[in-house]
Amino acid sequence: MIVAEQKPLDEILALTEGAERVAVLGCGTCVTVCFAGGEKEAEVLAASLRMRARVQGRSLDATHGVVQRQCEWEYLDAARPSLEGVDCVVSLACGVGVQAMVERFPELRTVPGLNTKFYGLPTEHGVWEARCAGCGDCVLGLTDGICPVARCSKSLLNGPCGGSQGGKCEISPDTPCAWHLIYERMEALGHLDRLAEIQPPKDWSPGPSGGPGRIVREDLRRGPPPAEESEPAQPSSLLAS
Amino acid sequence: MSQTDARSNLERVLESGSFAVTAELGPPKGADPAVIRRKADLLRGAADAVNITDNQTAVVRMSSIAAALLAQQAGVEPVVQMTCRDRNRLAIQADLLGAWALGLRNLLCLSGDHQTFGNHPGAKNVWDIDSIQLLKIMADMGDRGVFANGEEVEGEPPRFFLGAAENPFAEPYPYRPFRVAKKVKAGARFIQTQCIYNMDRFREFMARLGDLGLLDKVYVLAGLSPLKGPGMAKYMRDQVPGMDVPDEIVDRMVAAGKGIDDKAERSKAFRAEGIRICIEQIQEVREIPGVAGVHIMAIEWEEAVRPIVEGAGLLPRPQPLPGAAEAG
Ligand code: SF4
Ligand code: SF4
Repeated sequence: MIVAEQKPLDEILALTEGAERVAVLGCGTCVTVCFAGGEKEAEVLAASLRMRARVQGRSLDATHGVVQRQCEWEYLDAARPSLEGVDCVVSLACGVGVQAMVERFPELRTVPGLNTKFYGLPTEHGVWEARCAGCGDCVLGLTDGICPVARCSKSLLNGPCGGSQGGKCEISPDTPCAWHLIYERMEALGHLDRLAEIQPPKDWSPGPSGGPGRIVREDLRRGPPPAEESEPAQPSSLLAS
Repeated sequence: MSQTDARSNLERVLESGSFAVTAELGPPKGADPAVIRRKADLLRGAADAVNITDNQTAVVRMSSIAAALLAQQAGVEPVVQMTCRDRNRLAIQADLLGAWALGLRNLLCLSGDHQTFGNHPGAKNVWDIDSIQLLKIMADMGDRGVFANGEEVEGEPPRFFLGAAENPFAEPYPYRPFRVAKKVKAGARFIQTQCIYNMDRFREFMARLGDLGLLDKVYVLAGLSPLKGPGMAKYMRDQVPGMDVPDEIVDRMVAAGKGIDDKAERSKAFRAEGIRICIEQIQEVREIPGVAGVHIMAIEWEEAVRPIVEGAGLLPRPQPLPGAAEAG
């Protein structure tokens, strides 16, 4: 899942500056599971914003709501009624959700309430760790299923650097050394000979280095592409009124 | 220029079978060339070549290549250090073409310390390639005259004397000798090790290199770092990742200051002990089969190198060929 955490309250409040009616909109998917932007967090944040604004002597009405999935345009229509008359939305979705909101409701001011961190999973209650960096050319098949791109602090491809100690990475005693894990797993599976092979420089172009990602599946595309395909789906008339 | 003339002084010393000495010169956190000249004065004639660090510990300093040229002009043969932290494959290859054009001949290929250790922790790191890929790229450039993408280099390609680092004290321990094998396969001709304080583990490491048949293929320079005082010893023991400092060494440093009340005198006593320990370490590593030389890392303490080398009976150094340490 996409793992995120909430921005500090004062930063969020500052992002809504000038707005009198704010809607906090959560997302029911990844950020609900990582307790950063679900319905509960949206409710708590709305209340906190109201209180904090009052302390600052600012008049602010904050409501909250949630959509099942903020990262798809169609799902956002469910939120439309609750956004009537709102002059700023604090999106508690990942960065994809925030932008989906901007694209679906271009006239509405949407600001981020979360910092989107990584693709990862919970390793214990209250702890999440990165597992993938979306490099676009997965090497897990070479490393027995442990990602050196996302989990080695230097994204090394040819084994552990000289800073690996006690199974931990040189950057912090809380960070497992990915290459130590890979080594142990290769050893257990009898694959250590793989580590002797020199992995050539990685082609980073299928990932973020190659420019913004885009996948086209002709088999799934329906009919001819729209004339202006980069335009977002029809803007809402919500705020024009 | 014939092949022989193009060899670096370090390469010639190692090939001749003499016990080699390399040292380290840290460029300044500034643009004053006089700093390099002053440090070069301390090291000239005391080492066969001197590593010029590349933003060591991720702290911004004068560029390794620029400082290396200044050192070379001051009569000290440099080993250019190049890390993969700050530059991608385009920048690294471009800079190294330039380094060769300036007459620099030795290159140490490193992954580099993570930027969180340094003075710009918010920087975006690169690691487009790793140290092993860098070695291979530069070996291919020298041997086959090609860039990383296979395109031909115009004219005579750079043929650096290629080195790599290895840390016998990093885990997993059994993997470290195999990592040396990998670096040799990638093109490393010499290895400089991380600072050695745990002699037993280093001996074990060298024995494994022997088992792997690597000792005829690569020159191993044992890394040593003289301690300035018990504080540094403890810091290295407790704080520096991948460092193994046994308690005996720390105790010895502490004991050296016992009963000396004057601060300056105590510091002098600590430093003298640090130099003594380093000289003893040189004697020890000389006894270990396959050790081709020492790499003395006197961090911000270049003054210590000459007394150490002299104390170990390694002076005078073999005479460099006339002109060998000059740009051109
Ligand atoms: S190799 Fe790339 S795609 Fe595969 S897990 Fe790692 S970052 Fe993700
Ligand atoms: S210690 Fe391990 S995880 Fe950290 S940078 Fe080195 S190899 Fe990568």
